[in-house]
Amino acid sequence: MLHLAAEEPQSPLLPVWPEILIGLIAFGIVFFVFSKKLLPAINKVLEERREAIEGGIEKADEARIEAESVLEQYKAQLAEARHEAARLRQEALEQGTALKEDLRAEGQRQREEIIAAGHAQIEADRKQAALTLRQDVGKLATDLAGKLVGESLEDHARQSRTIDRFLSELEEKAEAAR
Amino acid sequence: MQKELLVTADAQTLAFEVDCHLFQGCGFPAPSAWSFIFDPIFTIGPVEFNKPMLLAIIGTFAILAFFWAGFSKPQVVPGKLQMVAEALYDFVHRGIAKEVIGKKGEPFVPLLVSLFFFVWMLNLWALIPLAQFPVSALIGYPVGLALLVWVIYMTVTFRTNGFVGGIRNLCVPSGLPKPIYVILTPIEFVSNVFVRPFTLAVRLFANMFAGHILILVFTIATWYMLGTVLGTVYATGSFVVTVVLTVFELFIQALQAYVFTVLTATYLSQALEEAH
Repeated sequence: MLHLAAEEPQSPLLPVWPEILIGLIAFGIVFFVFSKKLLPAINKVLEERREAIEGGIEKADEARIEAESVLEQYKAQLAEARHEAARLRQEALEQGTALKEDLRAEGQRQREEIIAAGHAQIEADRKQAALTLRQDVGKLATDLAGKLVGESLEDHARQSRTIDRFLSELEEKAEAAR
Repeated sequence: MQKELLVTADAQTLAFEVDCHLFQGCGFPAPSAWSFIFDPIFTIGPVEFNKPMLLAIIGTFAILAFFWAGFSKPQVVPGKLQMVAEALYDFVHRGIAKEVIGKKGEPFVPLLVSLFFFVWMLNLWALIPLAQFPVSALIGYPVGLALLVWVIYMTVTFRTNGFVGGIRNLCVPSGLPKPIYVILTPIEFVSNVFVRPFTLAVRLFANMFAGHILILVFTIATWYMLGTVLGTVYATGSFVVTVVLTVFELFIQALQAYVFTVLTATYLSQALEEAH
């Protein structure tokens, strides 16, 4: 391993062509394998990964949009149901009012009927009473006349007493009747 | 034989006098440029196959083994190894290609990724036990890569802009007052066509060369100063410096690989610029 200066080895500051050649060949191998095999392989996977991540984001987006549309539907349905309920309540109220109106009219009618029937009854009773009274008065008058005739008109004073007695009797009767 | 000898390293042995110590009357066997010359392991025709070449080839397969393990059966949900490999790939893909060139850089991603990890691996050999030699500290390797980058740079320039446009792209930076071009055009031409590939190669080579020399100086000094009590105290100091420098080199190795790749991307970005 010891060289005399005379052997004159290559100066280390000047390139020797085998070094350049070996260096380029070695680099060429690295470049070839990287460009033909390794980098395409890893780039494909990096692309897949990017897509997977973006796909995940897209899926989440889809889910969000679907959830929003469902919520929208529910809200619409709820609003519709509320509307329907309001409509039903309104209808019921109207029906109730109509029914009350009907009942009131019916009551009125019945009241009037009853009143009318009462009036008719009273009228009939009055007529009946008047008739009975007339008959009674007639009979009384006949009775009185008979009595007056029966007393033979002896004296004026007795006549008067009889009439008075009769009248008081009548009064008593009337009192009793009352 | 006299003591003043040129010492070279082979694949196994260290390139300095190991039986020489401080206070023994022999001088410090400082590392020299010859520490970068290796005896051939074997010879095929004119090619002397030596340790750095072996390291370059092992390095190639080390890179490929690592990324093969990470990327050959990639999963959408990555395992640990794939995650590390992806982070490294992403560093070059996003941190260099997209950052420097932009969208048009996509076709050059394999080139940039290969460059970064290949250069880094060559640099990294400096710290790997038993290897402990930065392959890129031999000028041939950076020169090879810089030539390759230069060829691609020129090809892309002329393919994007046509011949006239390509020359314009190389010589005439846009948006300057007219008289300036008289001075600037030749400067730009020399800078883009000659200086760029030269500095690209030399920057990497010189950084790694100097780093290795530094570590050698303090490593050899540590060994050289052992033996006496005082010498051992010195050696301890030298050893601490070696450790610190080693950590520093770890940083420089990655940085130089990054710089090499970023500069390549910058050249390509300029080549891809449409003529104004």
